[in-house]
Amino acid sequence: MTSPAAATADYLDQRTGIGGAVKEFARKVFPDHWSFLLGEIALYSFVTLLISGTFLTMFFVPSMTEVTYHGPWASLQGTRMSEAFASTLRLSFEVRGGLLMRQVHHWAALIFMASIVTHMMRVFFTGAFRKPRELNWVVGFTLLLLGLAAGFSGYSLPDDVLSGNGLRISDGVLRAVPIIGTYGSYFLFGGEFPGEALIPRLFTVHILLVPGLILALVGLHLFMVVLAKHTQYPGSGRSDRNVVGFPLFPVYVAKAGGFFFMVFGVIALMAATMQINPVWNYGPYDPSPVSAGSQPDWYMLFLDGALRLMPGGAEFVVGGFTVPLNILIPAMVVPGVLFGVLATYPFIEAYATGDRREHHVLDRPRNRPFRTALGVSLLVAFFVLVLAGSNDLIATHFHLSINDITWVLRFALFLAPAAAFVVTKRMCLALQRRDRELVLHGHEHATILRTQSGEYIEVHQPLNEHERWIRVQHDPIRPLQVAPAQDSRGVRRKGYAADVRRAKLSRLFYADRVEPVTPAELAAAHSHGEHDALPGATAQHELVPGGHGALVADEDGH
Amino acid sequence: MSWFAAHRHDRRAPLFLLLLALLTTGGVYALLVPPTASAASTTSTDEISAGQKLFTANCATCHGPGATGTAAAPSLVGVGAAAVDFQVGTGRMPAQMSGPQVQVKPVQFDADQIAQLAAYVASLGPGPSIPTAEQVDPAKGDPATGMALFRTNCAQCHNAVGAGGSLSQGKFAPNLWQTTPTHLYEAMLTGPQSMPVFNQATLTSEEKRDIIAFVTKQGGEQPGGLSLGSLGPVSEGLWAWVIGLGALLGAAVWIGAKSS
Ligand code: HEC
Ligand code: HEC
Ligand code: HEM
Repeated sequence: MTSPAAATADYLDQRTGIGGAVKEFARKVFPDHWSFLLGEIALYSFVTLLISGTFLTMFFVPSMTEVTYHGPWASLQGTRMSEAFASTLRLSFEVRGGLLMRQVHHWAALIFMASIVTHMMRVFFTGAFRKPRELNWVVGFTLLLLGLAAGFSGYSLPDDVLSGNGLRISDGVLRAVPIIGTYGSYFLFGGEFPGEALIPRLFTVHILLVPGLILALVGLHLFMVVLAKHTQYPGSGRSDRNVVGFPLFPVYVAKAGGFFFMVFGVIALMAATMQINPVWNYGPYDPSPVSAGSQPDWYMLFLDGALRLMPGGAEFVVGGFTVPLNILIPAMVVPGVLFGVLATYPFIEAYATGDRREHHVLDRPRNRPFRTALGVSLLVAFFVLVLAGSNDLIATHFHLSINDITWVLRFALFLAPAAAFVVTKRMCLALQRRDRELVLHGHEHATILRTQSGEYIEVHQPLNEHERWIRVQHDPIRPLQVAPAQDSRGVRRKGYAADVRRAKLSRLFYADRVEPVTPAELAAAHSHGEHDALPGATAQHELVPGGHGALVADEDGH
Repeated sequence: MSWFAAHRHDRRAPLFLLLLALLTTGGVYALLVPPTASAASTTSTDEISAGQKLFTANCATCHGPGATGTAAAPSLVGVGAAAVDFQVGTGRMPAQMSGPQVQVKPVQFDADQIAQLAAYVASLGPGPSIPTAEQVDPAKGDPATGMALFRTNCAQCHNAVGAGGSLSQGKFAPNLWQTTPTHLYEAMLTGPQSMPVFNQATLTSEEKRDIIAFVTKQGGEQPGGLSLGSLGPVSEGLWAWVIGLGALLGAAVWIGAKSS
């Protein structure tokens, strides 16, 4: 009677007892929102990377041995090149489906990184990193770094001029580190740059080390999502103690399965129609030529941009060692600050908030003006650096002087994030005030009443419960107060100075704020606002229909 | 001979020998290398005088009567027919607006007039002449050698496949995909504006032809689909965000639409 599938399941269950776990898992509830799919885009593009990458390893030869090219691409006929480059050409022009797979792999890498960044933005702006998910944020952050490492090591494998230029820059950055830099470079390249050792080493990193770590950490990441349950957006009926959504099976599994094919489909479509990394145009690596328009993939572009913005003269010599600040600042300090802030932000915010509660309901970004403003200003700084990394293309496409662009962006790097911070914070506060306004007075109704005595009154329609709940559900966060410097016996308290510092940070975060409407305020507003909330409640009001917020006078109105 | 013998201990003898050596090598060189200004001698005087008229009407305001140069524009004595054919044939001359770089605009003279102008300027002093069809024939060049030469000599300004690139202060190296083989050759030979001159010693005429063979293959259909301007990773990244992530966000919103 039983179907083969059921029989197999039963066979497995009797031997492993897996049925219970599957049943338990299948009934897990997942909240549903499009922004929760961003992590899935990352996951599916990673799966796409694994599939296409496996195909590539079958044909790619990770060797720097020199060979002479005799293949179908005329412009490289008879050129000396490494086996790595030659095998990339063979993949592109001779292996059936090879070029498509190369392009699938590279587009998937760009989309993987883009989706990681957008996923991280979602987690950041909604406060999904708060307790108990701080550790998962750290796991995610490590995944971001591993994604960068995967991209960089893969980009360098074909051994073309463009990727070689990228390696040369990394070599320069490594050498810029005082004292150990040169040793580090010799160690990495197995001797003088470029050497013979690098490509095989990068190959191991790219196909074994990094993907292995990513796979393990993605597993941990998802396990921690299940463990802590997924967060949910605020709404009536949702609290820090429940999860409202669909069961994993069948609804979520069906949606997720379908979504995998969409992600794969979009990547495959791009790979089939749009060329990416045409290494045959760049030619085999040779340290002398650097062509115009040499840039790294987009996720590394901000580093290139920082290098391009930095004035060249900033280097000095101490005790025989050159300290090239012109390289160290853009290539180490800038990413150090960016990644440092990102890695530690959940802990900094918890420290400034002084909050040890668990959070499962997400923040609306407007309700955390400092965080939202900080996030936007980091993004703006990143974007300025990306523009700086593309300065030559901006110059040719908009007929501008590259020198002017560089100067403008040097200032913009400091001014634009500051301006973005102020503007975003103002916008958040204004949106919060608008929320208060709505809760207290209701929607504008575009109806104006005129009383017999000639007084004009605007009619408001009160919010329904759901609308109101979203706008009042969050807790106000106030700056931390410092306990007095002396205890009850007048003894100087240990840790007072640290408390003062903490209170200062807390004020920075939360001094400017708009608090949600309290029940008391709401009650007060309703009792005094009765007459304008309920049209025609009192007899002496004569109704005059108004058109869309404009005043409308009747005949005897003059 | 006795005069030499008598004076061989003279203090000036080494100097004299050096002069003699220089004269001999110079003479041999002149015999072996064909004169570059040969075109001037084959053109008729009619053509030259027609060219002079055109020049006086269109060019003399900047380059001065007799093309000897003014504060506004350089002297054209000795720039040769190749420079004129390139500058006028690509629409750069007569120059118009002043800016960081003389811009290309629609060509203002027909082929005959350009030849007349070229003949006139070539008559002013010997300079590089217009290359023959044989010298610029892409079919006779080797694109692989051309690619290697292009990478070391041209790509730093013009991009790996000649898509163009930026120089300092608003100057730029243009895209080369529409440039005719003759103009490619002449650009190398005369080095317009910020571009260096690639004379016979830097790139032989065979090597120039190899480069032409490579450049004329670029910009057409490319393996792997749309070339996105052949501008490298920046344009790829832009499209990854706009098309790739754009479509996927659209799909995510669509899937998540019936939620909360
Ligand atoms: C508006 C002023 C102007 C006019 C008109 C003008 N030119 Fe020029 N020309 C210039 C300038 C300026 C340059 C120098 C460009 C540079 O190298 O920066 C130049 C350069 C040239 C050169 C290149 C010289 C070299 O060293 O290679 C040639 C050839 C030339 N002009 C020919 C002509 C001819 C022929 C005409 C008339 C059809 C003409 N020009 C009209 C301003 C002018
Ligand atoms: C230092 C940078 C530089 C280098 C190196 C360089 N060019 Fe140029 N090239 C330029 C600039 C700048 C122009 C624009 C000049 C103008 O508009 O008068 C130009 C113009 C040209 C043009 C004219 C394009 C047109 O259609 O109007 C050609 C052809 C050309 N270059 C070919 C080459 C070749 C081939 C090489 C290598 C052998 C080369 N260039 C090397 C900077 C460079
Ligand atoms: C390889 C890269 C990554 C993959 C495949 C991945 C995948 C996922 C998936 C599928 C989810 C659940 C759905 C969702 O909320 O989107 C998730 C949640 C989460 N991710 Fe990631 N992620 C990656 C990188 C990151 C990064 C870079 C961060 C931040 C530094 C991060 C932080 C989090 C957090 C905190 C959650 C829990 C969100 C919540 O419960 O609301 N992840 N991740």
